[in-house]
Amino acid sequence: MSFERLRVIDVARHYGRRKALSQISFTCEPGEIVGLLGPNGAGKSTLLNILATVLSPSVGRVQYGDHTGTDAGASVRAQIGMLGHDLFLYPELTARENLTFFAHLYGLKEVAETVNAALDSANLIARADDYVSGFSRGMRQRVALERALLHGPRLILLDEPFTGLDQASTAALVARLRERQRAGCMIVLATHDLDVVDGVLTRALFLINGKQSADSGSGGSLRDRYQAAVAGA
Amino acid sequence: MSGFLRVAWVVMKKDLTVEVRSLEILSTTMFFAVTVVLMFSFGLVVDGRPLNDVAAAILWVSIAFSGTLALGRTFERERHNDTLRALLLAPADRPALYVGKLAGILLLMGLVELVLVPLIGLLFNAPVIAQAVPLALLVILGTLGFAAVGTLFAAMLVRARSRDVLLPIMLYPMTVPVMIAGVRGTAALFQPIPEPAVAQFWLSLLAAFDVVFVIMALWTFEPVMTD
Repeated sequence: MSFERLRVIDVARHYGRRKALSQISFTCEPGEIVGLLGPNGAGKSTLLNILATVLSPSVGRVQYGDHTGTDAGASVRAQIGMLGHDLFLYPELTARENLTFFAHLYGLKEVAETVNAALDSANLIARADDYVSGFSRGMRQRVALERALLHGPRLILLDEPFTGLDQASTAALVARLRERQRAGCMIVLATHDLDVVDGVLTRALFLINGKQSADSGSGGSLRDRYQAAVAGA
Repeated sequence: MSGFLRVAWVVMKKDLTVEVRSLEILSTTMFFAVTVVLMFSFGLVVDGRPLNDVAAAILWVSIAFSGTLALGRTFERERHNDTLRALLLAPADRPALYVGKLAGILLLMGLVELVLVPLIGLLFNAPVIAQAVPLALLVILGTLGFAAVGTLFAAMLVRARSRDVLLPIMLYPMTVPVMIAGVRGTAALFQPIPEPAVAQFWLSLLAAFDVVFVIMALWTFEPVMTD
């Protein structure tokens, strides 16, 4: 099952009496990169987890084309790739073993070829059989990104993907995202690195205390618009 | 291989590969289990003769305690780099993930038991060789019942702050029937004149518990892990 549009409709998430998210609505079309921007605790990761189907919204729904995460389950998850802040890698396994494990888990055919292609994209062929625990943050991030893209997902979710990366790694990640954007993927990323994503995002969604704050849309840099949104919240 | 079995197999294989590299869980659980048996043997074996039924009780106490340790550590690994979330994100049957984790834990507990049972035989003068087949069945079925519930609870508690405290609090009351059946069945085999009919009764009861626990765990794993 493939889907052509992501629609988030009035989504809220409560933990007991605490409201982590309230009335979030937006859409993401193929070839769009939507940024979730906000201070710590604004609900960005919660929203990404809801989009990834590992968390259910307390109110509202997420539509993946004509389906919801609940009714389509595994077939929706097959179209989602997520890069979490914690990278989702096993440090005791090599880069190749990590990718091979996830390729099998996703039921991919021609696992060895797919894994080699992913290692090549990550520019890690020479270190493929080294344990991930010995990698730098940037190298681990590259393996983790390829792990998330291994199955050719339509929807790519990224949680703070630029944290701890040097300039070269950041540029490589942006280039990879742009390549996926051109391929028609929908990309939603949560970040604090406003200067990095300025000019990369198709749209920005400002989250302040779990609520969607209006984008002034008044031109200027992303940082200026973010500060205006925070001040107006 | 069907999708379900493939996923269970790759999860188990991954867990065992990680364990072979670190030997962290096997060494700690083995050390702990052997220490428990040794300590009790010093206190409860007098003039080479153990108190009545004490060998059976100590065998199952060791299995339960070392099993709890293994369960906690196995899921701690998945928590460390949030890899449990990556498993849940995969388009795989979530019960297959459960079965893979359960199989890995069963193998680890089995390895510990391979040392534990002969040690009990040696230190408590228990007829573990003469009763090898029924004893093996009791240990296998008891371990399955314990690990089936334990894997579910450990996965459920992986994000809880006080998971190390909560796991035994939740697990032991739930697995008391398994432990009682294991102890009584083993005690029947360790009598001076073994009672195979009694052991057979407890074995049947263990099989029934296992069916119930495994089905319950498979049924509840997905909803429990989603939220």
